[in-house]
Amino acid sequence: MRRIRDFALPLLVALLVLGAWQWAVAHWHVPVYVLPAPSAIAKAMADNFSSLMAALASTLTVTVEAFVAATVLGVATAIAFSQSRLLERTLYPYAVILQVTPVVAIAPLILIWVGFERINLALTIIATIVAFFPILAGATLGLKSADFNLIDLTRLYGASRLQTLWRIRLPTALPTLLSGMKTAGGLALIGAVVAEFVAGSGTATGLAWRIVESGNRLEIATLFAALALLAATGVLIFAALSLLEWWLLRRWHESAITNRS
Amino acid sequence: MIALQGVGKRFANGTEALRGLSFHVAAGEFVSLLGPSGCGKSTALRLAARLLAPDSGTIAYPDGKPEIGFVFQEPTLMPWADALTNARLPLDLKRLPRQEADAQAAGALARVGLTGFERAYPRELSGGMKMRVSIARALAARPKLLLLDEPFAALDEITRNALGDDLLRLWREDGLTVVFVTHSVGESSYLSQRVLVMTPRPGRVHADIALPAGRDTRLSPGTIEAQRGISDALSTAMAA
Repeated sequence: MRRIRDFALPLLVALLVLGAWQWAVAHWHVPVYVLPAPSAIAKAMADNFSSLMAALASTLTVTVEAFVAATVLGVATAIAFSQSRLLERTLYPYAVILQVTPVVAIAPLILIWVGFERINLALTIIATIVAFFPILAGATLGLKSADFNLIDLTRLYGASRLQTLWRIRLPTALPTLLSGMKTAGGLALIGAVVAEFVAGSGTATGLAWRIVESGNRLEIATLFAALALLAATGVLIFAALSLLEWWLLRRWHESAITNRS
Repeated sequence: MIALQGVGKRFANGTEALRGLSFHVAAGEFVSLLGPSGCGKSTALRLAARLLAPDSGTIAYPDGKPEIGFVFQEPTLMPWADALTNARLPLDLKRLPRQEADAQAAGALARVGLTGFERAYPRELSGGMKMRVSIARALAARPKLLLLDEPFAALDEITRNALGDDLLRLWREDGLTVVFVTHSVGESSYLSQRVLVMTPRPGRVHADIALPAGRDTRLSPGTIEAQRGISDALSTAMAA
């Protein structure tokens, strides 16, 4: 019952909004190059289905690759920080600088350095930079949060650093790491889109490029179709990572436990 | 089993926790370390396990360093692991083969009355059961020396008494040496053979009280008599 309600209510809102939109566009004769009706957007989606799907695949590939790269790099860096306070103090400020510098500002540099002939690599690097920080921050916080007494126990039993890391620190870090990954998943998509925008039309072939191109040609319905696909992709990434989080934490973490026994 | 001689410890924030702490514990003894909050009892126990290094004095194991089990005031379990995995931690860290480790950990859980709860997660267990898992973990590696840091302080009286009796049974069965940190006169008078009463910070041993036999229950005349002696010593320790 609760599940049905959780899905039904947002869906009802969507139907109401789409219905009102459709009605308003027809009633006031809004030109299609200003605001196309939902039906026109659906038609544009159907007409351009294969090319939109190719664009989606391109953007999604960049996003997933960037997300994986950011996760590996973020966790590896956090582990290095957890092993050496000196390393953390030395390098963390640069991680912050990387985070606070607007990616739009460094994207052109990366595109030039990597080269337009390797455009997908450049896009992936840019999206990785965007997604990197929440993973680093989540993993660093988690690795540091390990129970001191449990760490003392590993010392008592003569455990190696690797054992302590594997058995105590990494599991402790899992909840904050997963929370960082949820943020990073959305950011990777945003990074991929921003990178495509900066790269401009002609070289990149993803959804953002379709948006720019459709805008230039005043094909607003196609623009909306691409936009809808982007939004759906973002929601899907978030849902997938939430599912992963629930699955990994379901037995023990308060955040994932719904029915209290 | 263990001998501390003139041990001093000051923390980084300048607090002097211990000054001139000396005591020894013979093999097979059950000794309580009793004192007011903040007198450095826990620090003394960590020093005894060599989890801390002293600033001065020595900590020696005359018969060689024994296998040590340590029980904290909190259960300190891994929330992501079930009871068996928690109890198995020392054996995993010592890289015992999984089958052997599982059997040994299951045995330890059985000894604290948790058979059937091997697959339960800490959040599914009561406070007393969590503490039992913690004790099972300390026993899993078959220690000679068991160090307990106010292990029952956070439990209700009924659970505390049950666990105290279990601890006594385990001590007798295994021929363990136990050092039991507590701030409860009642607990120390019933459980231990000897009570070391500590002064307020910086802590040292104020009185070393050997308790006679005849303390079969918590209300035996011998137990009550022991409490009187311990309380008197504690009063003078607080005034010292």
